[in-house]
Amino acid sequence: MSTRKELLVEMYVRMITIRRFEERVAEDFQRKLIPGVVHSYIGQEAVAVGVCANLRREDRIVSNHRGHGHCIAKGADLDRMMAEIHGRKTGYCKGKGGSMHIADFSIGMLGANGIVAAGLPIAAGAAMAAQLEGGDRVAVVFFGDGACAEGEFHESLNLASIWRLPLVFVCENNHYGVNMPVREAMAVQHVAERAVAYGMPGRVVDGNDVEGVYDTSAQAVARARAGEGPSLLEFKTYRWRGHFEANTILDLRPRDEIEAWKEKCPIAALERKLVREEILSPKQLAAIDAQALARVEDSVRYALASPLPEPEDALEDVFCV
Amino acid sequence: MRSITFHQATLEALQEEFRRDHKTVHLSTDVPAPLRQEFGAARIRATPISESSFVGAATGLAGSGFRPVVNIRMATFGFVAMDQMVNQAAKITYMFGGQARFPIVYRMSVGAGNSMAAQHSINPYPMFMNVPGLKIILPSTPYDAKGLLKTAVRDDNPVMSFEHSALVDLAGEVPEEEYLIPFGEAALRRRGSDVTVVALARMAHFAMDVAEELEKEGVSMEVIDPRTLVPLDTQAIRDSVARTGRLLVVDEACRTCGAAAEIVSRVVEDEAAFARLKARPVRVCGLDVPIPFSPPMERYAVPDRKRIAAAVRDLLKR
Ligand SMILES: Cc1ncc(C[n+]2csc(CCOP(=O)(O)OP(=O)(O)O)c2C)c(N)n1
Ligand SMILES: [Mg+2]
Repeated sequence: MSTRKELLVEMYVRMITIRRFEERVAEDFQRKLIPGVVHSYIGQEAVAVGVCANLRREDRIVSNHRGHGHCIAKGADLDRMMAEIHGRKTGYCKGKGGSMHIADFSIGMLGANGIVAAGLPIAAGAAMAAQLEGGDRVAVVFFGDGACAEGEFHESLNLASIWRLPLVFVCENNHYGVNMPVREAMAVQHVAERAVAYGMPGRVVDGNDVEGVYDTSAQAVARARAGEGPSLLEFKTYRWRGHFEANTILDLRPRDEIEAWKEKCPIAALERKLVREEILSPKQLAAIDAQALARVEDSVRYALASPLPEPEDALEDVFCV
Repeated sequence: MRSITFHQATLEALQEEFRRDHKTVHLSTDVPAPLRQEFGAARIRATPISESSFVGAATGLAGSGFRPVVNIRMATFGFVAMDQMVNQAAKITYMFGGQARFPIVYRMSVGAGNSMAAQHSINPYPMFMNVPGLKIILPSTPYDAKGLLKTAVRDDNPVMSFEHSALVDLAGEVPEEEYLIPFGEAALRRRGSDVTVVALARMAHFAMDVAEELEKEGVSMEVIDPRTLVPLDTQAIRDSVARTGRLLVVDEACRTCGAAAEIVSRVVEDEAAFARLKARPVRVCGLDVPIPFSPPMERYAVPDRKRIAAAVRDLLKR
């Protein structure tokens, strides 16, 4: 297999893993096994996977509240993720963070974030670290369309640009911040138009086409590695499920709009391509899918077999010693 | 011993620490020229007036192995970046289960006394004491400023350094040799037997003046400067109160939910110290008003020597 083919297969494995992981999380949430809230990444898999396929282990990413996909795409361990989501002691954060705060500093995953847009300045700092280190590491920050109305979005783009930071801004425009349509939240048509104001390249891309995501971010990552500065990439996509897995917020988006976007499923599109170009047979696809599902089921078993934290564990880690 | 100003002492602290550890980085809108000269523009960054972004960048730097020092200047400007300090830096060591360290120093100037009005004058350390995950230092002398700031740079947690603007030009003895001051050790400024006066920041100087004045009246005042609020040297204060039986806490910050309230609580909650009290504890604090502009009102809004002396005299009658 050529490298491009291997890449497509690898990206497929990641995307289907995210899909199965998120489906299982949603199910277990409905079964009331998972405390709190979880924000599903279903429908947006191509963005995290296409971007992260350009990254090395030592590159750093900063994520947001809808972060499971970013974690898996960067190579996080499913067991420890699932355990964290279930509030177990063996989770990435020992049960202190939950779904919205998964981090794995050993793979350059500097944390999901519960505050909209707060990850952008942090990512600017991670990129500044890369710049000071003097190598060609880069940083990537994932954020939604909703984050683009926050001051931190604008301030971080400016900071990254004046300092030529090796940073890629990845806006996952799923067209809504909860129920607020992006066209009502913004007076320009595309988030990426704003790149002009900060003196960096901006690109608007179909976020459900993983190859397009990969190629566009390859350019932005290469630019960052070369010391030429940041880019703003906007990937148009859609979340299939409600804002989060709790019924406290109604999903007010038009039904037919949701259904139309499901027709544009990024995973189905990649499957069609893989079969059409005879990279994988339907049988091979099914085998990969089954493997992904098995990995997810293992992670649930791991989580459920793991102990809950002791109440007094709450006292640890306020400060590091 | 040589004498240098508070400002010079803090500069020396940074120079020494930046020489010692090349992972240190400085972020501020106004660049300190001596640091820039010695360590270069890459490590000594001039930032745009963009507090959320550069305060937040400090967190990303810290999480990536660096030791940022952020000079926010006025503490009031820091409010623009509250999320990055309170929701991010303070909490994420904890929320990530202790897997990462966030060594950050935030320097902020505080205090009234320059007719700068309320948006440039405040003493906000009590509200940050209410945020677990932040250490807080409050130096009142050049010696303490240097020793505490050096310790702050080496600490692996976010540390807030609140520096009173009226103390910047204050001169004091600072040795040439290197030293560090550990957090959580109060300074006993003056030994006394009649009353314990715990005084913060600039108020420690006022308390010392009052102690001298009242000595002529035969009053023996003990003066304690906690120097760090998180951690707070509760033991030193309790021990002192157990000896004197009287407690006065003086703080320029507003009275409500202040550091003074916390100090009083910690004393009265302690069986031994409480049992020794001869009188109810007293607070002399800033009034619960925004700091006003015009000098007569501004002076009125914060404690002065007269108010402290009156409170001590009153306490001794009980
Ligand atoms: C500062 C802040 N305001 C509000 C919220 C509540 N909130 C959580 S997610 C969200 C929507 C974010 O929309 P977007 O950035 O487009 O991301 P998406 O959920 O669509 O992935 C909101 C309003 C928050 N977490 N932080
Ligand atoms: Mg959105």
